Amino acid sequence: MSASQTTHSETFRHKGWVKSAHFVITFAFLILLVSGYVILMSHPRLYWGKAGNDLTPALFELPISKNYHHGGWEKAIPFKNLNGSQVTAARTFDIFNENGWGRSTHFLAAWFLVITGLVYLLVGIFSGHFRRDLAPEPGEFSLKMLLKDIAGHFGKLSIARSKYGLLQKITYLSVIFFLFPVVILTGFAMSPAITANYPFLLIIFFGHQSARTIHFFAAVLLLLFLLVHVVMVLRTGFKRNLWAITFGK
Amino acid sequence: MKKKRLISRRRAIFTGLTSAGALLLSGCLKKAPPTYGSILRIGDDLTYLAQRGLLSQRALVMEYQQSDITSFPVTDIGDPANPASTKAYSKEYEALLKTDFKDWALTIEGAVAKPGRYTLDQLQKLGERSQITQHSCEEGWSAIAEWTGVPLAALLKEAGVLASARYVSFYGFDKYAESIDMLDALHPQTILAHRMNGETIPARNGAPLRLRVETQVGYKSVKYVQRIVVTEQFVDPAQDIQAGWSWYNGI
Repeated sequence: MSASQTTHSETFRHKGWVKSAHFVITFAFLILLVSGYVILMSHPRLYWGKAGNDLTPALFELPISKNYHHGGWEKAIPFKNLNGSQVTAARTFDIFNENGWGRSTHFLAAWFLVITGLVYLLVGIFSGHFRRDLAPEPGEFSLKMLLKDIAGHFGKLSIARSKYGLLQKITYLSVIFFLFPVVILTGFAMSPAITANYPFLLIIFFGHQSARTIHFFAAVLLLLFLLVHVVMVLRTGFKRNLWAITFGK
Repeated sequence: MKKKRLISRRRAIFTGLTSAGALLLSGCLKKAPPTYGSILRIGDDLTYLAQRGLLSQRALVMEYQQSDITSFPVTDIGDPANPASTKAYSKEYEALLKTDFKDWALTIEGAVAKPGRYTLDQLQKLGERSQITQHSCEEGWSAIAEWTGVPLAALLKEAGVLASARYVSFYGFDKYAESIDMLDALHPQTILAHRMNGETIPARNGAPLRLRVETQVGYKSVKYVQRIVVTEQFVDPAQDIQAGWSWYNGI
């Protein structure tokens, strides 16, 4: 079939540094996903704004642990000197909390992601990788062609070619230059020591809890990308694609 | 034919960088908390050293407006005034609470020239700072409150902290304890709060005195403070590290 028809020059070739970065970032991302989920389980409520907790209204709550809607609180005591309805109340419920390893695992994996990501960005810029392989060529980008490319993805797909398609390029660029920066910066925006130095992080993401919510949605989009990416890898010559990104020369 | 070099330039640069990194790391690691061989604690130390090395330790955390103050949950290990609370109960605390902390005094000892006890009146004479700040809990929630108290730096100065002192530990009546390094201890927003939202701290929010370490997550801010110990050596009074938690929590 097509494998025999494909000449050597048409098969995919990835540079060594691209393969290494792809491997480290994939591995780190999967660990971040699992540990992030465990961290979210201990407080599965998301908010919008500066601060939010069990005694304030949530944007939404996820039924992902026994902490969901637990309602185990002692009688609320209002703060005397405040004009609003702010209260304090003690928790009576033993919550699920595995953040001891959850948080440290998350941050350890984040170190691998951030350092590898930075090296990848620098080499990508200076080697011309982004310009050559990912930036749409002149005349390549038009709404018509993009729609045609999207429609094409629902039909029968051919074996992956040596060049990325338009939709593929736009997706990769969004992941590299938008989703990963957003997920990393919103992560920083939750750190008290980092925001003390860079308070603009709290401002551009509308507050600590908004940053946490954006962090969650960015992670969901990255997971969605991962799933679609794997499906596309499967549909366009799984063995060859896998070989190309790992040991292929 | 090209001669094969014994040491290529690339290899020389790589080796150089690696050894320089290793030297720097071994120097730094002496200042980092012990890891007991746990890879997670090695990661915690990396975060600690990176934040100490890359960030300014004098930068102030964001302070908010009165209108930003929110409700504030109490999620500590238990009520020290309640005999039913197995982890936290203290008979001494229960008695102090009944008399409105009339006989309470804070002990400060260790690497200080003048160890001793301070009543609330004496502490208040050392200075006062009010700040509306965000409390970020490791669980994921946060709350904003106004805290008023004595800057820890003022107390350390009054007690004559020794030049060799490196860490400050805080012991609560609830048997909870934490330590911080001198950089966080001397941070201008690190205070021993005796008022919250303009009133005497409600009992469960840490009365009569609670620590506020604004540059770290919530669990470093020890409540119901009974005793402060200044040390030259690293101590992890509640054994965070052995219990599987990070000692440093600037993130």
